[in-house]
Amino acid sequence: MSQFQRKAGLLATAVAGVALGFTAITSAQAADPIRIAYIEPLSGPFANVGEMGLFHFRYTADRINEEHGGIMGRPIEIVPMDNRQSPSESAQLVQRAIDQGIQFISQGNGSNVAGAIVETVDRHNRRNPDRRALYLNYAAIDPALTNDRCSFWHFRFDAESRIKMAALSDFMMGEEDVKKVYLINQDYSHGHVVAAEAKRMLAEKRPDIEIVGEVLHPIGQVRDFSPYISRIRASGADSVITGNWGNDLTLLIREANSAGLDVGFYTYYGGGLGVPAAVGDRGIGTLFQITEWHANLPVEQGWSDNEEWMVGYKERHPQTDWYYQRVYNMFMMLKAAIEADQSTDPLDVAMNLRGMEWESPTGTVWMREDDHQLHQDMYISVMADLDGDQVKYDTENSGVGFSTIAKVDWEDTVLPTSCNMRMPR
Amino acid sequence: MLETIVFSLLNGLLYGMLLFMLSSGLTLIFGMMGVLNFAHASFYMLGAYFAYTLGMYTGFWVALFLAPILVGALGAITERWGLRHVHQHGHVPELLFTFGLAYVIEELVRLFYGTLPMDYRMPEGLDFTLFTLFGTNYPAFRAFVLVVAVVMFIGLYLLLKKTRAGLIIQGSLSRPDIVAALGHNVPQVFMWVFAFGTALAALGGVVGGIHFVTEPGMAFMMGPIVFVVVVLGGLGSIPGALIASMIIGILQTFVLSVDFSIAHIGAWIGVTVPPDHLFATVWYLDSTRIAPVLPFLILVLTLIFRPRGIMGKREA
Repeated sequence: MSQFQRKAGLLATAVAGVALGFTAITSAQAADPIRIAYIEPLSGPFANVGEMGLFHFRYTADRINEEHGGIMGRPIEIVPMDNRQSPSESAQLVQRAIDQGIQFISQGNGSNVAGAIVETVDRHNRRNPDRRALYLNYAAIDPALTNDRCSFWHFRFDAESRIKMAALSDFMMGEEDVKKVYLINQDYSHGHVVAAEAKRMLAEKRPDIEIVGEVLHPIGQVRDFSPYISRIRASGADSVITGNWGNDLTLLIREANSAGLDVGFYTYYGGGLGVPAAVGDRGIGTLFQITEWHANLPVEQGWSDNEEWMVGYKERHPQTDWYYQRVYNMFMMLKAAIEADQSTDPLDVAMNLRGMEWESPTGTVWMREDDHQLHQDMYISVMADLDGDQVKYDTENSGVGFSTIAKVDWEDTVLPTSCNMRMPR
Repeated sequence: MLETIVFSLLNGLLYGMLLFMLSSGLTLIFGMMGVLNFAHASFYMLGAYFAYTLGMYTGFWVALFLAPILVGALGAITERWGLRHVHQHGHVPELLFTFGLAYVIEELVRLFYGTLPMDYRMPEGLDFTLFTLFGTNYPAFRAFVLVVAVVMFIGLYLLLKKTRAGLIIQGSLSRPDIVAALGHNVPQVFMWVFAFGTALAALGGVVGGIHFVTEPGMAFMMGPIVFVVVVLGGLGSIPGALIASMIIGILQTFVLSVDFSIAHIGAWIGVTVPPDHLFATVWYLDSTRIAPVLPFLILVLTLIFRPRGIMGKREA
């Protein structure tokens, strides 16, 4: 054998070897799922919230796997982890997820928990640039997360608290009946922000509105809201603003209802978990919510794909409703960001997510690069009787649904940010 | 002001009565067997879930009686084939047993019913407003809960004071050795008391599940506060449990209903603390934020200054 032949043979073997190695890698990748850690309360007083979120994640992942072949042909797998609504436990779970090789971490319930996760992910990524992780936040709306405490590794897909309060107070500005407002919120960062922003914005927009009372109650611990209701009544309020969620809102409204308290409820989460069922038809015209989506929006707007998606969810989980449209946006944007560079490396994904303008079935959404806050159209809706036409779907089998009364375009939700983003080196 | 007082009393009374339904069984079990039953609130939860499930077939009124009986039977089984074995090894294993049991029950409930709240509603016959006072409605269901609790207290009191079974139970509460020496089957008495106690908790659950929310977290929500009632009322004392429940229920409701802080007293006697002072946090602390710790503060103070509680005969 000549020297040349031997060299060529070696080269061929090497090429074949490398090619073989490549196919091995790609096929391994094809089988290898893209895992997303879902860190939420799956036990304790907020377990119901955590479980409903998990339904959303699984449903979305399954449908993307079936209809779009997952992400880059790799299936999405949701890894649920129970944080018992505790910030310290969540920080440990983040570490455990990263140790298992999970690159994407998602959480939303509780801005205090979100704060702990941002810190953990940020610190981890700084110390271990070779195995970073990305935090996808779908519901924690404390403004600090995209302002003073912002992080390159955190992306928020829900509108932050100030955006929601701005929209809500704009709407209340036009409501002449609103004269005396009572603020009741959970005693943690999110509740504090809602109360403070409500006071600040109402003072600016409607100085004639009087804040007749303000109370912070312990989160997830109050069983009996009757004392709070008698305080609201004693204050003579005609409207209540609350950022409460989960049982803290259900019990509050149920108690107000049975006491016959006749006030308007301006809420962040009035269309979620147990609230519509607790209120029933007594909420018609008095229960308002500010969200990026509600079940009758696709009917009103003629989004048939979106409606089909929602109905599909209801068929799979008849006890609950499709609620977090942003979970869909989050998954699809993650898919787009990964597939743009064919890389799941959190740094590449983050660079692609920054500034991404994406056409969702529910309108354009924009991820601002300055602070990683998603901007999307917001809607104020009120509880209404089903009429078979515009108000087609009820919420939580309660017989009453929501109907849009005001829309805020995403361009109008842009607020200044104090975020000084520290870019990774 | 009168309005606030009246409604705080009414609401506190209701909350207190619900606490009493839970703690009366516990105080009997605790007083007699010395077992700090951590799973007691879990039986309360089971009462709510069973009543919800049965109610779908039999209606609320039958479930009101059937659910406590079923839970009582479960309690008897727990005592006979669980606690009694553990009992030989002393109190600490018993405590750990009930502690574990609470988690097992919660997980089982979650497994069978899921984590979402049940759509457990009051019967239609009780879904009306009883009276309206100062513009606030008082639902009939609340009055019903009060009636159930009062009937329960009277029944329990008569049972313990006027019947032979009550005599044996009372005897076993203080001197089980003497009762055994008199030829009574003390372990069997224990079993009946445990079953009875859990059935009482379940009865609380049947109405509490409607008044609050029926979901797997409900047991852990009620658990700690019930111990406060038992310690404050005195071990094994039913009237003590009633008084303690009322105190806690009404006190907590009152503290939540009024806007109050130490600064108010200060302003009255002419003392003010600047907002940036070291003690300003405590000074301006709103009463609503003190309310959640209040029962536990009472627990600590009771154990220091009156360990046998209000009506108890022995020290906790």
